[in-house]
Amino acid sequence: MIPDTKPGWTGGQARDLLLGPIFDRNPVTCHVLGVCSALAVTTSLQTALIMCAAVIVVLCGSNTAISAIRHQIPPSIRIIVQMTVIASLVIVVDQFIKAYAFDLSKSLSVFVGLIITNCIIMGRAEAFAMKNPPGLSLLDGLGNGLGYSLILLTVAAVRELFGAGKLFGYTLLPSAYEGGWYMPNGMMLLPPSAFFIIGLLIWAMRSLRPDKE
Amino acid sequence: MLESYLNLFIKAVFVENMALAFFLGMCTFLAVSKRVETALGLGIAVVTVQTITVPINNLVFQYLLRDGAWGWAGLPLLDLSFLGMVSYIGVIAAVVQILEMVLDRYFPALQHALGIFLPLITVNCAILGASLFMVERDYGFGESLVYGLGSGAGWALAIVTLAAIRERMKYADPPKGLEGLGITFITVGLMSLGFMSFSGIKL
Repeated sequence: MIPDTKPGWTGGQARDLLLGPIFDRNPVTCHVLGVCSALAVTTSLQTALIMCAAVIVVLCGSNTAISAIRHQIPPSIRIIVQMTVIASLVIVVDQFIKAYAFDLSKSLSVFVGLIITNCIIMGRAEAFAMKNPPGLSLLDGLGNGLGYSLILLTVAAVRELFGAGKLFGYTLLPSAYEGGWYMPNGMMLLPPSAFFIIGLLIWAMRSLRPDKE
Repeated sequence: MLESYLNLFIKAVFVENMALAFFLGMCTFLAVSKRVETALGLGIAVVTVQTITVPINNLVFQYLLRDGAWGWAGLPLLDLSFLGMVSYIGVIAAVVQILEMVLDRYFPALQHALGIFLPLITVNCAILGASLFMVERDYGFGESLVYGLGSGAGWALAIVTLAAIRERMKYADPPKGLEGLGITFITVGLMSLGFMSFSGIKL
């Protein structure tokens, strides 16, 4: 599925790298990678959006950096090297969020730090960046980051809309507590609903594309 | 004193279950829960590593990274807490490696049973998550020891339970697209719903 390493790569390849992971090879629904953090930050769209941005930045950065030094990394210690690159990038992102959006960094709690152990990032570094040139790896990172974001934002939108009647903090369904008509479903904001929504999403995606397993 | 430790332990196992309330360690949680025996092996490995790494990371934080930790060396303004994540993951990777060697040398049978799971643990978010929670909540050394043990035990409990349910589910007949991963997510959701009922416990 992943194209061979060639010095001159075509536009079609690039498009496949960028768009493939969004639907056909979505890292979350097809390979169950990175669900750890995907669920915890999806109670509102805003936190989910920041989390997506953080993951995309780290994924692109780590893929490019690891790919650039792939010939210098000794195979026996490659995991440690990858970990260090990823952890350093995550620290930069974490400090950045703390500096510019302190309240959000509080609500994200430890989950920005947990990007380090997000399997998508390690998985892409190991499976793609170690074998391909930096340009392609950057695209692969961006594609996978967008695929992850798609799932995260879908789950967050469902949870925020039905759990609080809001999207991005703007009231769409006026809740019964504030004189409206919508009775918020409090369970949507609790952990179990995230599992149900992901389970149903996987069901939907697999039914739509039954050949992809 | 003892009572507060006991409360912390119960809270870490049931109320704030790593897997079911914080979604940590999900990747391995879903991948290695097909059989009870393997799940139990991984669970024990997680408890062990968790009980060792959380207190070590607590010491690393208290004496090396925290704001003013280098006061004794004449550097009272040095705040290295931004280096936290890279240090914790380093400690975890090192502990896993050392544990593997120790087991190999002294308990080959145990090493044989746990061998394949140990490398998986380095990238298990539950382990790093526990260390980060420990720092965020400012636990002392004793508390971090109890918290490490408790959160590990809670995770192990969750994965063994899920594996038992999945073994039974082999005989069930879900819709085609829901088979495998989908139904597992729904099951975990129901388990999580069950654990939510502990959240009313005030300790």
